[in-house]
Amino acid sequence: MSNVAFSETGPARKNWVERLGIGHILLALFLLIYPLIASDFFLTTIGGYSMVLGMIALSLMLLAGYGGMVSLAQMTIAGIAAYVIAIFGENNSNVHGFGWPWWIAAPLGIFLAAVFSALFGWIAVRTEGIYTIMITLAIATAAFYFAQQNYTLFNGFPGYSGLRAPEAFGVYWREPVPFYYLCLSCAVIAYAAVLYGSRSTFGLTLQAIRDNPRRMRAIGYDVTAHKVFAWFLAGIIAGTAGVLLAWFNGRISPGTISVGPAINILIIAIIGGLRHPIGPFVGAVVVVLMQTFAIDIVGAERFNTLIGLFFLVIVFISPDGILGLWDRFKPAPDRDSWHSRPDGTGV
Amino acid sequence: MSITRRTLLALSLATGLVAPSITMAQAETVKIGLLATFEGAFTVLGEDGERGAMTAVEEFGGKAAGMDLEIIKGSSDASPDSAVRAARKLVEQDGVKILVGPLSGDEGIAVKEYAKTQPDVTFINGSSAAQDTTFREPAENFFRFSTDGAQWMAGLGTYAYNDKGYKTVAVVAEDYSFPYTQVFGFMAEFCKAGGTVPSKSWVPIGNKDYSSVIAAIPDEVDAIYVALGGADAVNFLSQYQQSGGQAPLIGGSITVDQTVLTSKGKLRDVLIGTPAAGPTADTNDSPEWTAFVEAYKKQPNAFPSPSLFAHAYYIGMKAAVLGLEEVGGDLSDGGAKYREALAKLSFDTPTGKVSLDANRNAIADIYLTEVTEDADGNLINKMIKVVEQVNQTLGIDEAEFRALGAVSRENPSCP
Repeated sequence: MSNVAFSETGPARKNWVERLGIGHILLALFLLIYPLIASDFFLTTIGGYSMVLGMIALSLMLLAGYGGMVSLAQMTIAGIAAYVIAIFGENNSNVHGFGWPWWIAAPLGIFLAAVFSALFGWIAVRTEGIYTIMITLAIATAAFYFAQQNYTLFNGFPGYSGLRAPEAFGVYWREPVPFYYLCLSCAVIAYAAVLYGSRSTFGLTLQAIRDNPRRMRAIGYDVTAHKVFAWFLAGIIAGTAGVLLAWFNGRISPGTISVGPAINILIIAIIGGLRHPIGPFVGAVVVVLMQTFAIDIVGAERFNTLIGLFFLVIVFISPDGILGLWDRFKPAPDRDSWHSRPDGTGV
Repeated sequence: MSITRRTLLALSLATGLVAPSITMAQAETVKIGLLATFEGAFTVLGEDGERGAMTAVEEFGGKAAGMDLEIIKGSSDASPDSAVRAARKLVEQDGVKILVGPLSGDEGIAVKEYAKTQPDVTFINGSSAAQDTTFREPAENFFRFSTDGAQWMAGLGTYAYNDKGYKTVAVVAEDYSFPYTQVFGFMAEFCKAGGTVPSKSWVPIGNKDYSSVIAAIPDEVDAIYVALGGADAVNFLSQYQQSGGQAPLIGGSITVDQTVLTSKGKLRDVLIGTPAAGPTADTNDSPEWTAFVEAYKKQPNAFPSPSLFAHAYYIGMKAAVLGLEEVGGDLSDGGAKYREALAKLSFDTPTGKVSLDANRNAIADIYLTEVTEDADGNLINKMIKVVEQVNQTLGIDEAEFRALGAVSRENPSCP
């Protein structure tokens, strides 16, 4: 199955338009000029927030799509980075807040998130399928209750408030337009990295391990190490999103990492589709739009029912999420190199 | 072929993202945001808050200063983050200039912090009753006409010690700022009178299993002070009853509220005779209160008597409308005149006169109550006495009160 991915780079070199794919270019153009047509609210609370959630779901897609490990702890991992920002950076809750500059606190948060992610992965890789889900759910739930009841480190239920995005290079990065572009660049880097990584030796090995771990072990690969490293990489993406989330909300509390939001990430990934890294972002936009505006459509009493029904319909019509819908109505598969999907056959 | 389809995708994405931002502008309406908990453990409470707010809107015929009131609802799940997200949507997307809410303690503190970033929007509290929403680092544009949780406890500690004869009391309360504030208000009086509180159990919101909490309550206490809300109160009380608990109860303001008293089950025996204090009393027979109850009952699915959430949202919404009438609906100067009018506002509510102090926190009457059964078999709060015009420092000198420190798990303490 991996032959397809390798052979693509072999024949006649393509120009950059073909290599990127016209879809990517149009999407990039649209996202670049989006601030011209969108209000501040649509820029940050819809656009920025979707990209943050999309990145967290992307980290899940990386694990689930390429590694076959469905994790419910991705929001927790993002939360770790956000709490690190709150504890080591500045907050106005008068607890901790060491006031470290952002260029130390943010990388530290991302690094610690990745380390904890690897740790979670190291615990979870000994299991498979539904048991991985159970273990990561247990980790997420335990982390939530611990954060909610621990006041010395996590400041309990209220958590930390007054987190400020940095003012660097003469720009305050929580202003709508800078924040949007900040989220956009992080999301694009994460997206491209996952696409590129999926065709790297490591990515292909990971996919092979997903398909047949026993055979990979037999030919001499360290299956556990590969899986744990995938968790580490996913942790970097989720951690980056966690830092952005802390700057976006200006606060972090256990409510952000509770079981509801953790499952929300899985919903985003499933709704969008797990077969291509664009899926989580599509899912995030749909979910954020639904959760923001459903209350205007059916009123305060039943809006969660509408959200649930909508998701049910998507999954019912297309088990592969929105990406699956897209595939179904697509005439011919194009196989340019930027469009490989987890099984390497091209979308 | 693939190009056109991809273009279609991009176009549909574009229209999908941009279209909802085109909002209809109408000159003759005023938009008021209504933020309450329509999801999570406090849903029942939030829905009653909405009924209270709508009672006020209907009292004015849906108009203020000749302009139509448009109420836009936002939902949170009682976590501060969700409250800020909902407030942000109402303010930044729907463009409300007045926001009534939120419902719960830490939500109030979070929305107050958010209010500081939106100086042109006026925030009027719903029923959130943490002390620091207005007492420490207040926001200039955040008003609370509904008093805080410590004020609600006025008279209860003294009553429990002197009239009920409880010398030692155990505390079971939810683990966030509103119950801290309630416990603070209760203990301020109770400890001063000579009582002791040997054990305090803080439980997370939405807790289902209270067996370990019940087991941890010392045997020798005279009573248990319970400050839990909604589903949490029902769960604790029924589990305490099932485990054969015999100690009498003292109620926090929302523990023996209509949201709990109307719940089904064998809670009656446990609850009858429980003293509590709060901003409302069901057997209040003043004509203003009776008129309010009648108006409230016209709302869909209303309780036999309005809960304190309905009451608080009613007062908040009424203040919002009265302020609008005062300035003739003019919010054009970023609401500065409107907020000036609100700060000076003093009006008669179903529960007596309400006015604001320098921190824009209400000074109002508080009711000492006891749970009894009425003629129809409904559980209600019988009025014992009224503590008039309680201010935020509970009658203590402000500097001295401030020196008591911020409410928390450990403060106050009298083991």
